[in-house]
Amino acid sequence: MNAPETMKQFRPKGFRHVGTRPVRPDGVDKVTGKALYSPDFKAPGMLWGAILRSPHPHARIISIDTKKAEALVGVKAVATGRDLPTLESLVMHVGEGASDIVDVSHNCLALDKVLYEGHAVVAVAATSPEIAREALGLITVEYEELPFVLGVEEALAEGAPVLHDNVFTKGVEPKPEKPSNAAMRVEMGGGDVEGALASAAATVTERYTLEPVHQGYIEPHACVASWNGDGQAQIWTSSQGHFAVRSLTASVLAMPQSDIRVTPLEIGGGFGGKTTIYLEPVAMVLSRKSGRPVRLAMTREEVFRATGPAPGAVIDVRIGADAEGTLVAAEVEFLYHSGAYTANDAGAGVSSAIGHYRIANTRVVGTEVLCNRPAAKAYRAPGAPQVNFAVESAIDELAGKLGIDPLELRLKNAAAEGDPQTSGLPWGRIGWVECLEAARAHPHWSAPLGPNQGRGIAGGYWGNYGGPSTVNVSVAEDGTITVATGSPDIGGSRASMAIMAAEVLDVPYEQVRSVVADTASIGVSMVTGGSRTTFATGMATVQAAEDVKSILCQRAARMWGVSDDQVEWRSGAVVCLEGEKQGQSMTAAAIAGRSFHSGGPIAAVAALSAKGWLPGFGVHICDTEVDPETGHVKIVRYTAIQDVGTAIHPDYVEGQMQGGAAQGIGWALNEAYIYGKNGKLDNAGFLDYRMPVASDLPMIDTVMVEVPNPAHPYGVKGVGEVPIVPPLAAVANAIHGAIGQRLRDLPMVPDRVYAALHPEG
Amino acid sequence: MPSTAFHAPDTVEDAVALLSADPTARPLGGGTDLIVQMRSGRLSPGAVVDLKRIEGMSGVRRDDEGFVIGAATPCTALKADAALVAAWPGVVEAANLIGSVQVRNRATMAGNLCNASPAADSVPALVAAGAVCVVAGPSGLREVPVEAVPVAPGKTSLASGEFVAEIRLPAKPAGGGDAYLRSTPRTEMDIAVVGAGVSLVLDGEGTCTSARIALGAVGPTVVLVEEAGAALVGTKLDDDALAAMSKAVQAASNPIDDKRGTVSYRKAMAGVLARRAVLIAASRAGAKA
Amino acid sequence: MSKIHVSTTVNGDATEYLCEPTSSLLDVLRDTMGLTGSKEGCGSGDCGACTVVLDGEMVCSCLVLAAEAEGRTVATIEGVAEGSVLHPVQQKFLEHAALQCGFCTPGFIVAAKALLDRNPNPTETEVRYWLAGNLCRCTGYDKIVRAVLDAAAELRQERTPA
Repeated sequence: MNAPETMKQFRPKGFRHVGTRPVRPDGVDKVTGKALYSPDFKAPGMLWGAILRSPHPHARIISIDTKKAEALVGVKAVATGRDLPTLESLVMHVGEGASDIVDVSHNCLALDKVLYEGHAVVAVAATSPEIAREALGLITVEYEELPFVLGVEEALAEGAPVLHDNVFTKGVEPKPEKPSNAAMRVEMGGGDVEGALASAAATVTERYTLEPVHQGYIEPHACVASWNGDGQAQIWTSSQGHFAVRSLTASVLAMPQSDIRVTPLEIGGGFGGKTTIYLEPVAMVLSRKSGRPVRLAMTREEVFRATGPAPGAVIDVRIGADAEGTLVAAEVEFLYHSGAYTANDAGAGVSSAIGHYRIANTRVVGTEVLCNRPAAKAYRAPGAPQVNFAVESAIDELAGKLGIDPLELRLKNAAAEGDPQTSGLPWGRIGWVECLEAARAHPHWSAPLGPNQGRGIAGGYWGNYGGPSTVNVSVAEDGTITVATGSPDIGGSRASMAIMAAEVLDVPYEQVRSVVADTASIGVSMVTGGSRTTFATGMATVQAAEDVKSILCQRAARMWGVSDDQVEWRSGAVVCLEGEKQGQSMTAAAIAGRSFHSGGPIAAVAALSAKGWLPGFGVHICDTEVDPETGHVKIVRYTAIQDVGTAIHPDYVEGQMQGGAAQGIGWALNEAYIYGKNGKLDNAGFLDYRMPVASDLPMIDTVMVEVPNPAHPYGVKGVGEVPIVPPLAAVANAIHGAIGQRLRDLPMVPDRVYAALHPEG
Repeated sequence: MPSTAFHAPDTVEDAVALLSADPTARPLGGGTDLIVQMRSGRLSPGAVVDLKRIEGMSGVRRDDEGFVIGAATPCTALKADAALVAAWPGVVEAANLIGSVQVRNRATMAGNLCNASPAADSVPALVAAGAVCVVAGPSGLREVPVEAVPVAPGKTSLASGEFVAEIRLPAKPAGGGDAYLRSTPRTEMDIAVVGAGVSLVLDGEGTCTSARIALGAVGPTVVLVEEAGAALVGTKLDDDALAAMSKAVQAASNPIDDKRGTVSYRKAMAGVLARRAVLIAASRAGAKA
Repeated sequence: MSKIHVSTTVNGDATEYLCEPTSSLLDVLRDTMGLTGSKEGCGSGDCGACTVVLDGEMVCSCLVLAAEAEGRTVATIEGVAEGSVLHPVQQKFLEHAALQCGFCTPGFIVAAKALLDRNPNPTETEVRYWLAGNLCRCTGYDKIVRAVLDAAAELRQERTPA
């Protein structure tokens, strides 16, 4: 049955399970090595695939000769872009953001042009990985090299090589006459920015830049596909959404979605990067050609060269305040690296720039710029950290000019419920002011600093999401409960679903088991992304559990021979309120044990599109210590404060905050895509793509501020995205505090900090 | 695809014979560079010759002249030899900055040397300490100063069939101290942007009687900067001497701009790290003088 | 290519396998023996997800040739628990929610156990540096470090006669 779209409103009460920290149901498998991730799966008779990738950043494919590879003993299938069907342009809203299915197809296997170094060109399947790799060496691809462009400003310059002759800037009216690398332009705001800036007591006008960074999940992409001659197929893969894998793969292959069954394997991190497909249609084609299941798996190097980084950016900020510190105007213009195909971060970037402040006059313009890099993909709070780094750095600079404490300046201008967002729509029940107040009250904010140390603060937000989820709650014959969702569990969502179902049914947590079901076994569910799962799938879980509770009550009433309103659910059992059986109770076990004779199995499906999600806000405080002779930055103390709505499983909420902060610190200090002059990625590995290691970080203290979401039965707000937003500026502001110099270009590697300290060279 | 053979000989002679038989054959110590290069396709040796089954190839032993470190001795094993740690703490620390604990449980100083990266951590410390390699080859054993082994990035002076069998460190000189420091963006799991190894001797008055300073990642090979050492000899390591030493270090630095650092930063850091390393080495020399 | 025959001991069991001369120990553990608990995150020794203990020392199994394991002993994540009884490090990882996606977890547990086997009372700094070869992208390491310190405390208590 379909649940109503408006759910029961939040009802504060003494929770029995919500807010507790039980062990996750999938935990033992994961600490003993039994859990099956994408690269762990094998199918009987499976072949091993490998992909030949472009060595050029931009080139036309003149010819591909695969004859020698096909002749190699053990090679069972070879595929190129010509093996994928020709598709009409269609923008699909699956995963995180929209993608044109033609772009998805061409990114899986290039057709006429390669658009970045690492672009997939030919795939082979063979009886061993060694043979598959050997076969790649026997393939000849003739390229006509084309001029390439990597930088966003260079890509927009007159005479720059244009990647696509069919891209005319979206969001510009009238439609431009010429195609260009400006894929999309988004603008919001209102009022008189110029007039207000002219009369401001203090203004900051600065440019900030960031390089693309990778999501950095430790599990490389992998899948196994088996496509039979009758058209039916199975795919085993880890992803943030197996329904997205199904719909994208079916669309790329122009086949019915119900012919593909996608079984979700455990996912080794995604952070937005596994909301799309790279390998699945290719493995499918190889399987169809060979008649055998085919595994494709990326190496780490392939992950870096060919999967979506988050966009880098060039961001111009102008912001002004009156003498009392009231912000009067802000203008933010940014260019985001879109990579090889039109990406989706500009819109989110525009909404995430300055909406957290009450500013009467604003103008925010974002442009997605195509360039010869891998296609940008969602990365935790997509679009927000870049622009937030610029704005929250500029706010600090403005506080300095005004001589106002940076926290007080933020608090003075902080938007609250009812204030307009940049779009003009009013904010709902947000907890931004509460977070700033919690920061001010936190001992970290007033702790003394040592020599060469500095403290920075920054705040940020992300919109979060709701959307479609399906959940099936069923009662076994012994009364125990299974919650089946269509939402991959990336970081403990099985535990949160079990907690919420146990809360509804008032039964022990261990009586509820939660699983992730395949695409044939549960209804459509959107990706685990956008901080939507605990909110939306949680809402569906609560709804289905409520329905199961109703069914159990009806069955008990029937067995007692009373009407439905003469029974009630109390303490995990049905109690008879009236008649001969008054005071008797019947547990789920007693009811379910006789269910075959009292109306059949007991189960309920909630399939809903969750509404009423609220954005998340966070404030981070960072202390750095800078070695003045070497420019090395040490993070000596870090506190993350966030409005989490209600923490269903606080351990995993804290974990999101700590993990997001660590990623943000990495982005601030060391992570970056580094390209050579030849347009090739120079650091496609974990050695030179420097993500933080354990010894780089201190403990990350967390403060969960709970401002419940009135639209969710347990008050949930999404928590996963926000914590990567504030760290970039928090670290930059802390470095400024330590050395008195402002770094406006990320990453703030030691040589850049050193250069700021020693401008003489 | 040419296949690779795997051999695990028991004797130096067998290893030399196997390496001589195929000029593309490579000796395998810890494998932390070799296996990565094979997997990435940068290297396709016709044979891999594992040295670890050869007696005496693993472990540290003393002889009359000092310490003998078998070529297949993993870096972490150096820390377990108390006498070596007491005599050459800088060398042991340098070797134990490479990679992670997992890597150092396999990686060897001989491999670090023969990989011939200018950024190899253990090499500046070994050069500063005056270490010598015993090279085994078709014509028997020969001794080579460590700094003569790498000749260019990825290239060594070893002839076909030769491999480094031992690294020899002298006994600790009276009043001697050594140190190695490097600059990396991360605290661990990183490649030196600049490295500086120092070994010096102080007399009873605190006057420096000899000093060797070697730098990593500021040129195509690790460089021994004789002028920098000379700037310290005869001084009490006062500020002027340290400044002269830093200047000599910077003058000898001829780094490149790459993904790991800029020319100007590398030159600046060479001076800073060398000075800091001198002070640590001096404190060690003083403490044990 | 002729395969090499190797006799070795894995998690206490005598084992034989045939391998390519260039196969890594990790390849053989995962693909030949079906021990997929050791993960390949990078194949270059930079992430530690494939950490195993070889003759008593923890190593990246992606940087060991399978042929080198002849006559050696290998301990993997699959051998850390005793039957169904979890090792304290495993138990503390669960109690502290020290994993999110769990992909790096086997490597961390093998490495953490190797630390506590030789140093029953590590400082936070010692834990952080020991585990620096293991990348985790989900947790920010906070809960991992706490879990290891707590497991150390529990092991010390277990080892102290009452």
